Amino acid sequence: MAEAQKVYEIPIGPIHPALKEPIRFTFQVEGERIRGVDVRPGFAHRGIEFMGLKRNLIQVLYLSERICGICSISHPIAITLAVERAAGIEVPPRAQYLRVIFSELERIHSHLLWAGVAAHELGFDTLLHLTWKVREEVLDVLEELSGNRIDYSIPIYGGVRRDIAPEQYPKVEAMIRHYRGLLEELLDAFLRDPSVAARTRGVGVLTAEEADSLCAVGPTARASGLAKDVRQDRPYLVYGELGVRAITPRDWGLEPRGDVYDKAVVRLLEIGQSLDLIEKCLHEMPDGEITAFPKIPALLAFLKKAEGEGLGWHEAPRGEVIHYIRLEAGVEEPVAWKVKAPTYSNLMSWVPMFRDQEVADIPIIAASIDPCMCCMDRVHVVQDGSPSTLLKEELLRLSRAKTERVLQGLSRVGGGA
Amino acid sequence: MILKTLFSQLLTRPPTNRFPAKYMPKSVLGFLGRVKEGKAELVPPVPVPPRFRGKIAYSREKCIGCQLCIRVCPAKVIEFLPEVKKIRMHVARCTFCAQCVDACPVGALSESPEFLLSDTDRRSPALTVE
Ligand code: SF4
Ligand code: SF4
Repeated sequence: MAEAQKVYEIPIGPIHPALKEPIRFTFQVEGERIRGVDVRPGFAHRGIEFMGLKRNLIQVLYLSERICGICSISHPIAITLAVERAAGIEVPPRAQYLRVIFSELERIHSHLLWAGVAAHELGFDTLLHLTWKVREEVLDVLEELSGNRIDYSIPIYGGVRRDIAPEQYPKVEAMIRHYRGLLEELLDAFLRDPSVAARTRGVGVLTAEEADSLCAVGPTARASGLAKDVRQDRPYLVYGELGVRAITPRDWGLEPRGDVYDKAVVRLLEIGQSLDLIEKCLHEMPDGEITAFPKIPALLAFLKKAEGEGLGWHEAPRGEVIHYIRLEAGVEEPVAWKVKAPTYSNLMSWVPMFRDQEVADIPIIAASIDPCMCCMDRVHVVQDGSPSTLLKEELLRLSRAKTERVLQGLSRVGGGA
Repeated sequence: MILKTLFSQLLTRPPTNRFPAKYMPKSVLGFLGRVKEGKAELVPPVPVPPRFRGKIAYSREKCIGCQLCIRVCPAKVIEFLPEVKKIRMHVARCTFCAQCVDACPVGALSESPEFLLSDTDRRSPALTVE
């Protein structure tokens, strides 16, 4: 009894100055030590999938882009791949290279953004301003190539909407050179700095076994030493030919420990990897068409006739993103659309990461998985006007009942799955 | 290394563009009014690249009223005017995806470099294209 009274509960969130997006943590703390944590998401649910079912596929594409402002090419890439698989559309090779170039540019700006946020959470604001200053360079290149700083509106079903013109090549190459020179400085500032190491070494540890059993994805999993990267494991676009290899702290000459430091190692090294990939793409990219459907009415007509289901996946900066889509002939809207954002898979990693840590480390541990709540929130259960919790058994029962209903509906229209 | 960078910054120009004026005016609207009267000078915004996706420009003469742009617009920006078979765009809703530009069969729509579009009234003439 006396033991139990020493443990207090601190609720943080859903709205809290230290959190960039709404989520609720309930920490059990004993003195300065965190003994356990309960995470409750669902405060940023926007019903995007539902909205998608009321729009035609071209409109859904731009809706998907707005699932996340930072991953604003990852979601369109995943959904175009899903629709292309469902409808049987062949993407011209040049368009595939261009999609890779844009997604690697996005990875660079996203990882730089994270590095700045991490520095800020550590109270190292000089580094925040420095990182965000250099981040402008890649945003300028994205603006030059796509016309927008974020939400580039580049992929379209069957290809991409903009080509890289010959006069733009030198600008991209200059950016690559600029960052190559800078990377050493960034690695120095983050990884060889004793105060950063003191605040991040051994903090927020996720062991390889935990990462594996909790299905962590992206840099969160790689920092624990799992060589897991969708670009390597299930190649799509031209990633197979480019030969992407998952980056772990071993590439920095260290045994992975899965702490915040290792997560910084992975993300910073991935900036270098993305630079290499962009350079390779620029050299290897063949000439040719950039889309299979230069005319939008033809694309709309083709998509309306399409029937089938498709899965699209992509290694977003935060990890694997998956889009599932189901199309029916004769309707312009998708009949089913399911999105799984990387944070959804990484959320549970917080539980072992917070265990036995100090209260002062909460912000940096929370930031270390690079969370994005509004991308991830897919459900918000409200019953009788108040939020309630569904346990696994109940959810399973609901899910099975829905399958029954769907099957009945399918047999009514006379089509099988 | 980082210290070197920091000290070298003392000698370089700040990377931030001081828009609209070197020092923040007490009232931005008042300042812009003085700029119009020629009494103050505007620090220009950072120039945009050649194919920037700004406010959509519309050529009413070219438009044939096919409504394709309305079908593809994800943000429901475009309103059809059935009497004249032309369109009206409410720019406040626009996401600048330029899908309407790609869809228009007669090239009546195009991307303009204009991006300073804030207004207090979403129905103001500056935010309505027709
Ligand atoms: S740019 Fe996009 S959002 Fe704006 S009017 Fe055109 S289609 Fe609609
Ligand atoms: S697509 Fe072009 S021609 Fe057709 S209504 Fe829109 S602006 Fe007019």
